[in-house]
Amino acid sequence: MKKISLRQMKEKQKGIICDISAGQALHNKFMSMGIYHGREITKISSIGLKGPVAIKVGRSVLVLGHGVANKVTVEVE
Amino acid sequence: MIKKIFLIGNPNVGKSVVFSRLTGVRVISSNYAGTTVEIMRGTLKLGEQEIEVVDLPGTYSLEPASKSEEVAVSLLYEYPKDEIAVINIVDSTNLERNLYLTLQLLEAGLPVIVSLNMCDEAKHHGVSLDADKLEKIIGVPVISTCAITGSGIKLLLERIHEAKPVLRDKFSHRQRWQDIGAIIEQVQQLTHRHHTLREILEDASVRPFSGALIAMGVLFVSFQVVRFIGENLISRIADPIFFNLYQPLLARLSSLLGEESFIHHLLIGDLINGRIDFKQSLGLLTTAPYIEFAMVLPYIISFYFVLGLLEDIGFLPRLAMLMDNLLHHLGLHGFAIIPVLLGFGCNVPGILATRNLESRRERFIAATLISIGVPCVALQAMIFGLLGRFSGFYVSGVYLVLLVVWLVLGIILNHTAKGYSPEFLVEIPPYRIPSPATLWHKLFLRIKGFLIEAAPLVLLGVLLVNVLLYFKLFDFFTGIFAPVVKGLFGLPKEAIVSLVMGLFRKDVAVGMLLPLALTVKQLFITAVLLSISFPCVATFIVFFKELGLKDLIKATLIMLIVGLVTGSLLNLAIR
Repeated sequence: MKKISLRQMKEKQKGIICDISAGQALHNKFMSMGIYHGREITKISSIGLKGPVAIKVGRSVLVLGHGVANKVTVEVE
Repeated sequence: MIKKIFLIGNPNVGKSVVFSRLTGVRVISSNYAGTTVEIMRGTLKLGEQEIEVVDLPGTYSLEPASKSEEVAVSLLYEYPKDEIAVINIVDSTNLERNLYLTLQLLEAGLPVIVSLNMCDEAKHHGVSLDADKLEKIIGVPVISTCAITGSGIKLLLERIHEAKPVLRDKFSHRQRWQDIGAIIEQVQQLTHRHHTLREILEDASVRPFSGALIAMGVLFVSFQVVRFIGENLISRIADPIFFNLYQPLLARLSSLLGEESFIHHLLIGDLINGRIDFKQSLGLLTTAPYIEFAMVLPYIISFYFVLGLLEDIGFLPRLAMLMDNLLHHLGLHGFAIIPVLLGFGCNVPGILATRNLESRRERFIAATLISIGVPCVALQAMIFGLLGRFSGFYVSGVYLVLLVVWLVLGIILNHTAKGYSPEFLVEIPPYRIPSPATLWHKLFLRIKGFLIEAAPLVLLGVLLVNVLLYFKLFDFFTGIFAPVVKGLFGLPKEAIVSLVMGLFRKDVAVGMLLPLALTVKQLFITAVLLSISFPCVATFIVFFKELGLKDLIKATLIMLIVGLVTGSLLNLAIR
């Protein structure tokens, strides 16, 4: 098990969210969209080196901007 | 006694469609988060009683993250709880995420009834939900609905009186999600299916390389289709009506009134070479309706038809993701591409749609870029009208110059505007096959909106120009601006009249340019200047309403500077 950021994940890789470093407002927003500690997600893709990341959470596809994506750390096999 | 019904739910779960079903009020709905930025109101007859129905903008939680969410949430607490019912509209294909808001509503002690919407699509996706079981668990009525076809809506209304507050402890975020996990286990069953073509396409359109290819293809085809439909509507329907049916009538009226009379000037305008010229005569019965119905309306129809398709398929949020990198350099994030695209139809809804952007800075940048760098349909029809008879190079040239202006101005604004631009965190909807009825309603509403907004202005504009021309009042005006217009832009001084008129309504401006016999270069520069200036007086008004006087003045100054610089540079650069 190692900890990496959403960006570093490979396409189709699964991971479990282990850390979110965000302020209260963003934290709440993450939470309401289903991004929270312990949740399993699958990476779909990312655009360019400083672009957004698309992930699958449950049945929804969410896109996170570069900076937001960097705030989420996941644990992968 | 229920006096008000609120519709609340996550973005893009079909609230607006339910709203239309309940009230008969037609509203615009699309397949992406944030179509509804305003609070919509309508009424519904329940037995003998008239009840107000309020459709709130979509929200993921009761802790608002944007201005439109904040407005939605605050309204819920304004009325006594025994006088309202809250219909929580839930996307059946994605119950888990939607339940978060549902639980918050229950915890807040609001009288809730749940509508499991899009139940037909859920079946399609292999999701089956047990509504009865969910009702037992959460303790409020749960009804399966499919708003697009209307099924379940009647039952929803029959049971609306059962919406009552339930006792539920306030949970922490984590507990809520644990609770949701447990509920989902009991009520949802998934049938495993193989990847469908739709899912393969969905994935391909958010990957860098395949996504860019798909996006370019879609945009290219869309542009071609808009042109094809627009041109055909003009040449096959509008022009024949005007030239074969309407013109003979007007000719008779013209000879009846006598060419020299004031009323002839007012209604018919000037005869060009002894004949009525719909583009140049500038009469209330000639140029005004021709501009409106034969030049602009056909493109309005074709543009909104294609845009509606793209919206309902669910393509736009994917485009937003692909554009995120570029837009970051302009101080915006990817989702700003949606207001920009709407702006290509009409800047007014484009500026309204900036409400989805979270920070004020982003809204200012987006609204300024839309009003300066994005030509609306009316304006584009004019560009084609002015430059279309020369090579296509000139028409594409205008778009190219605008793109450069747009990018340079965006980069400058990003470095100078105060405030912060938040990042992008948005949900991407599945691709859906658009419902013809929804498409049709939306097209109808948008065309109606355009006609109501534009027609009186065009009429007024033509009237104004007509009267000013008759009394030769423009000469004073052209004298003042002659140095700028002649010296910097290389245009005849009379062109200023058209440029200023353009601020009122772009389509009126063109009729005034044609008699000036401009060279191609002059036409090109004028077209660019007309594009850079705000498209019409309605844009000024909506900019003021949305962002206030200070920002409007700022944007207007920016517009003047950009116009001066671009016009002078083009004049120097082109031989």
